[in-house]
Amino acid sequence: MDALIIQKPENQLTLIAKVEAHMGERLLGREEKSHYHQFKVKGADAKDLMRFLRDDASLGFSYFIDATAVDYLRYPIAQPERYAVIYTLLSPALGVRAQVKAFVPEGAPRMPSMTDLFAGANWTEREVWDLYGIEFLGHPGLTRILMPDDYEGHPLRKDYPLKGRGERGNFPVYHATTQKPQGGA
Amino acid sequence: MYSYEQEVVERSENTVHMNVGPSHPAMHGTLRVKMEVKGERIIRTEQEIGFLHTGFEKLGEHRSYNQFITLTDRLNYFSPLSNNIGFALACEELLGITVPRRCQVIRTILAEMSRLADHSLCVGAMTMDLGAFTSILWTFVEREKLYDVFEAVTGTRLTTSYTRVGGLAFDLPADFEKRVTLILDSMEKTLDNLRDSFYQNRIFLDRTEGIGCISKEMAMAYGITGPMGRASGVPYDIRKFRPYMIYNELKFEVPLYETGDTLARYKVRIDEMVQSISLVRQAMKLLEPGPINYEDQKRTLPDKTSTYRDMESLIHHFKLVMPGDDHGIHPPLIDQYSSTEAPNGELGWHLVSDGTSAPYRVRIRPPSFINYPILSKLLEGAMLADLVAILGSFNIIAGELDR
Repeated sequence: MDALIIQKPENQLTLIAKVEAHMGERLLGREEKSHYHQFKVKGADAKDLMRFLRDDASLGFSYFIDATAVDYLRYPIAQPERYAVIYTLLSPALGVRAQVKAFVPEGAPRMPSMTDLFAGANWTEREVWDLYGIEFLGHPGLTRILMPDDYEGHPLRKDYPLKGRGERGNFPVYHATTQKPQGGA
Repeated sequence: MYSYEQEVVERSENTVHMNVGPSHPAMHGTLRVKMEVKGERIIRTEQEIGFLHTGFEKLGEHRSYNQFITLTDRLNYFSPLSNNIGFALACEELLGITVPRRCQVIRTILAEMSRLADHSLCVGAMTMDLGAFTSILWTFVEREKLYDVFEAVTGTRLTTSYTRVGGLAFDLPADFEKRVTLILDSMEKTLDNLRDSFYQNRIFLDRTEGIGCISKEMAMAYGITGPMGRASGVPYDIRKFRPYMIYNELKFEVPLYETGDTLARYKVRIDEMVQSISLVRQAMKLLEPGPINYEDQKRTLPDKTSTYRDMESLIHHFKLVMPGDDHGIHPPLIDQYSSTEAPNGELGWHLVSDGTSAPYRVRIRPPSFINYPILSKLLEGAMLADLVAILGSFNIIAGELDR
């Protein structure tokens, strides 16, 4: 039976040195959080970093934790691009969490998919596509997951209004007695 | 010329499409599985979710931090207190504050009690899916007692909304310790009964042993955490990885199994309940009188009695509750991931703050959403009846799956 995975903050220095040596100029920045480090890269470079984190013998970030996105459209601090896709990983050997923040441009938001590295990225990337409209190249089945299949738009974008774009009012209502649809407002 | 034998052969060669859910008694909520079946063997499956999508994350961007706590009740609705506590801890980490000792002890006790409630329902429902009806009545009785205590503490059974950023809504009732001690004793008897009834039960073992095996590597690549991960031998528990509240002072073990099958997932939950009972007992000894809210009233809501009687508290209450940029809690402009060990696994919160009273982005990392996709893989080549056994051991809660 393996020993429990315990947090070892001292190993963060190994991680930072390794990632900085591997990424060099391509690393846009690094931020220290409460108990982990966040590495900022461009969307196109994210896959290389993720593969390095997973496959490097002394790092071993084999535990997928989460993938999500943020829309920085109305954020008070300027960001490199409008969207950021954030992957959270854990290394059982080092006892360290790490985040990869991949910036994706506004015009044609797309970046390579991580599904061939981590099986857990499949549904989480589908969710990001569904709610933010960020396309993941090489994803085996990029379809809507939470919203209905015929839904238009990506509701978690900051320019999407909270009350929707009239979807609620325009639902066809079937009357119980006449069985005929009565169009919405 | 018609021949019965030939029809049997032809039928067994053709695949049939079958649909289970989204509204089916065995599906534990609004889950839908589309299957291609040959005889009783499942060839291929496709899962569909999203029937309970409520847009919590979008709503969260338009609510203040304290208002969002009411939405966390509706995530994993078998253990709402765990979600309340997880979100409050995430906000406190964002603000960089530590709550008083009594608050931490109360939160630990309630988190473990909600783990007991969640696991007892999962264990009972899983055996009921496999045909054992008595066990769910046993576990329901225990859960009902726990819910009575939750009602006495929080005022409601399900939508507890008990925590506040930097504290709790109110203190424990007077007879709390006495009531909980009684429950823990009867809970132990129920656990003994469950072990006696199922660990040697041939019918139960045939349905669960070696069914739906998840290997350790597979579990880590899919990001499976919590009891499901530990049944597959992933030694990961956030209470040990990064102890929060008072877990570093309490003695407990993390049950681990290697096989990763449905039986292991059942046993892990039973063993975790034993640990939770001991954790609640240990934490109750540490319960001492003291304040329950963080002292800085610019960031923590004052308790209700002083709001009504004391001018200064009323002003603080007003400043925190009213909408607008001048009011509310204003965390620094950072983004932060923090997580707690919820009954189903890692419940993570990725909060992005833009300095206003409402979060800029609330990402909920629900354990059910990350644990569920592997089902399709497990069902390939499995028997039709395995679906309910495997799904029962996953304990998928549609509320946090679809958010």
